[in-house]
Amino acid sequence: MSSDTSRFIAEHVDSLKPSGIRRFFDLASTMENVISLGVGEPDFVTPWNVIEASYHSLEQGYTAYTANAGLLELRQLIAEYLQSAYAVPYRAEDQVIVTVGASQAIDIALRAILNPGDEVIIVEPCFVAYASAVTLAGGVPVSVGTQAANEFKLQPEELMNSITKRTKAIILCNPNNPTGTMLSREELLPIANLIQEHDLLVLSDEIYAELSYDDGYVSFASLPEMYERTILISGFSKSFAMTGWRLGYAAGPAALIQAMTKIHQYTIMCAPTMAQYGAVEALRSGSASVEQMKKSYRQRRNFVMTAFEDMGLMTNRPGGAFYIFPSIKETGLSSEEFAEALLIEEKVAVVPGSVFGESGEGYIRCSYATSMKQLTEAMKRIKRFVERRLI
Amino acid sequence: MKVDKKEIEILELLEKNGRMDVHTIAQMVELSPEEVEQAIQKFEDQQIIHGYSTLIDWTEVLGYEGVTAMIDVKVTPVRGKGFNDVAERIYRFPEVKAVYLMSGAYDLSVSVEGKTMSQVARFVSEKLSTLDTVISTTTHFILKKYKHDGIIFGEDDNNDRRMPVSP
Repeated sequence: MSSDTSRFIAEHVDSLKPSGIRRFFDLASTMENVISLGVGEPDFVTPWNVIEASYHSLEQGYTAYTANAGLLELRQLIAEYLQSAYAVPYRAEDQVIVTVGASQAIDIALRAILNPGDEVIIVEPCFVAYASAVTLAGGVPVSVGTQAANEFKLQPEELMNSITKRTKAIILCNPNNPTGTMLSREELLPIANLIQEHDLLVLSDEIYAELSYDDGYVSFASLPEMYERTILISGFSKSFAMTGWRLGYAAGPAALIQAMTKIHQYTIMCAPTMAQYGAVEALRSGSASVEQMKKSYRQRRNFVMTAFEDMGLMTNRPGGAFYIFPSIKETGLSSEEFAEALLIEEKVAVVPGSVFGESGEGYIRCSYATSMKQLTEAMKRIKRFVERRLI
Repeated sequence: MKVDKKEIEILELLEKNGRMDVHTIAQMVELSPEEVEQAIQKFEDQQIIHGYSTLIDWTEVLGYEGVTAMIDVKVTPVRGKGFNDVAERIYRFPEVKAVYLMSGAYDLSVSVEGKTMSQVARFVSEKLSTLDTVISTTTHFILKKYKHDGIIFGEDDNNDRRMPVSP
């Protein structure tokens, strides 16, 4: 009898590659005094009133399950928020589900809609989990690349070329992780037209929407005819600095949200109760904290953008999120080589662009969600490193 | 004085860190260094910026001794001048670090610093209480500062609990 237990692993799981970020994390965590620009999360601690509300809920004994779809009170607040911020109307009763992070919302959305072999279009460079989530749900991920020349904005003709008869959905992340690119209404409209024409569904990952620096953020669901074709996915991690709370949500057409709720019910039961009470407080009174954090991110965005320009690394202007995606092509190194050498020589951790998909090659993702003191020092070190490599 | 959004940002940045250099501020608020310099000059001229101080937790400095007291002062306002005259007589003393006119049970809140408790006590009994317009004083010594001017003492700013790389 063989002792190799890996024979039990399902083929589609076995075929998944470990995230490139993971490998880099292993390397970075063996080193000391590293300045990390590799973190995809806020450097702020969750606003105190949110933490306090969560404590209070525990003290009051709210430690039991909530409804599968989440506390009705929280779903109502989410619906009110989506209405007031993005003018999209959802019924709390059957069009909103509270999930364990936006990641779980993406997972159950895909599992709810995909039949084996259905294709899902993914716009690269993108969040590392999309393609694997599609595979795990039995679908086939199809990548569409974007280029720096177009500010990493999805070009409708490229989208059109990748649509086949098997295409069922597209995952859009706006503003984008890792590029920070934000699409305007004018840029989204032709994409919406194609989606309408080819009868597709959109998983609109809007987790960074609150962290958009330019005015006029447009939710995909608010575009003409898109309301019935969009599952809006968001959460509390990024805007309220609540990554560890694992609390997200999805809003969309009732039939789809109900299908997602079935999967959620049989696998997770409900999102953690104490986190849900924290989220209630976040939506009730957290907007001032969000504004303050956003202001700080914007200032740091401006700072790092100028710093990269000064050292001769071309960069796009991030419209949102807290990432910048400068080109490192001038150095002649691959993004993995660059990130690894930078980590070893200057102890600055950035994420190689290639982990976000093929079109991320030649770039690095730097998160500027870290203190100005750390950012100033990191930019100094990167500059020193780049100067050495350019000679 | 009317200030615009970016000027408010400059003030906020300087309030948090008075040593932040002009170039960094300029990058952060998307202005030229000259524009930032001019704005700061204007704030100084117009007395919006009164000075640049450093927040020090003296309890951490070995060999330094000092005490701070908050004193509630009830006074008789002077006809035609209200509280301003008496406030001025009080804030001119070098021991006095802050004076606020308050609503409620007393009129002035006076913060006094001295090397020892008896030095502060002497100031209160000999200088403050003996002023004509002062009716009564209540002295509260500060035993420990947890938070001052929005800064939590003892909290490590660089205590980043995040993993070095995360998705």
